[in-house]
Amino acid sequence: MEVPILKQGEVLIATFQAALSDADLNQLRMGLVQQVVKFRSRAVIVDVTAMDVMDSFASRTLREIAHMIRLRGAETVIVGIQPEVAFAMVQLGLTLEGVATALDLEEGLAYLTQKFKHTD
Amino acid sequence: MSKREVTSKDSGTRSSPGVEIVRSEAPSELLRELVAHLRQNRTQLREEWVVRITETRLLTAMTKEEIFAEATSVYDSYVEALETEAFEALQAYARNLSERIIPRGVETHEVVGIVLLLRDVLARSLFAKYQNDFKKLNRILDAYEPAANRIANTVAVGFVQERERVIRQQQEAIRELSTPVLQVRERLLILPIIGVIDPQRARQLTEQLLRGIRTNRAKVVVIDITGVAAMDVTVANHLVQTVEASRLLGATVIVTGLSPEIAQTLVTIGVDLGKMNTVGDLQGGIEQAERLLGYKVVTLAEPR
Repeated sequence: MEVPILKQGEVLIATFQAALSDADLNQLRMGLVQQVVKFRSRAVIVDVTAMDVMDSFASRTLREIAHMIRLRGAETVIVGIQPEVAFAMVQLGLTLEGVATALDLEEGLAYLTQKFKHTD
Repeated sequence: MSKREVTSKDSGTRSSPGVEIVRSEAPSELLRELVAHLRQNRTQLREEWVVRITETRLLTAMTKEEIFAEATSVYDSYVEALETEAFEALQAYARNLSERIIPRGVETHEVVGIVLLLRDVLARSLFAKYQNDFKKLNRILDAYEPAANRIANTVAVGFVQERERVIRQQQEAIRELSTPVLQVRERLLILPIIGVIDPQRARQLTEQLLRGIRTNRAKVVVIDITGVAAMDVTVANHLVQTVEASRLLGATVIVTGLSPEIAQTLVTIGVDLGKMNTVGDLQGGIEQAERLLGYKVVTLAEPR
């Protein structure tokens, strides 16, 4: 199942569906990293609201996406992590350090708008 | 024990397979006889039992009438359990009784005491009835004792279980009350923690906080641990994990009121200070949170 990548102004938005295979995740990573430069986006929002379980591969991929996007000159915000998932991730030591997070898509967009205003 | 030896010697002297079969059938017949006897003398035995209960000063929290009423139903359930060897009804009754009398301060020893008294009263009536036929008395007791013991056990276990259920319920209530997640401003929560944090409470605290962040759409959380004197390494680790999990939900956590002991513990477990946002006291924490949220508190007029 391919993850659609939407373009909203200067931001790219990717929404995770419930069950993503490792191949899907790899594809998403490549897709995002390519498109962020193609569309000259300033930021990427990854919405994981639908994921009620997050394994170590998914979580590592999220961090890799964030770091690769950074190297490509944009910023990543992960939004919609479920409370149970958040605690499970922390217990596994997957804290997504250095990656911005927000409660949901709306918050993520608000965070980026605020940030863009500062840098403009 | 000696009783059993007598019985086995008894059957040993006439040991033939036929006798064995008769003996294995005997207990249920004996029980029937026993139950008939107990039914016949119900009024007198129950009376005696109630007198004994009052004499031994059990169930002092209850009135005489109440004791008599309960004694009647206990006696009937007791005889019924002896007769049918089905303990469910008695178990249910014991639970029901416990539910009623626990709030009135009846102790475990009292409940066990009255059941043992009844057992004793009934056994004595059996002694009286069969005093001329020692062998028969022995066989009757063989049938009576195991059933009576099981009944005593059932009632005692029922009572203790009910008690434990009440205790668990109260603990849960205390836990619920002791960890409120409060909203002080739009998108600002405070979580004042008071008392000892054990791993279970820590887990519950985290759950409540993360859920609170979600429902209140909080951006900043102030966790105040002024009321916590010390915490062990496990709980300290849990605190750090809670801070990190909150960040994953997009909320910043400010921890205030760390005691020197807790600071020591956190340093010992080597917490990453870049992840922990700490302020000395609750006031400072709220002020810091307001700054993060872009609030500015101004005085409108000179205080009078």
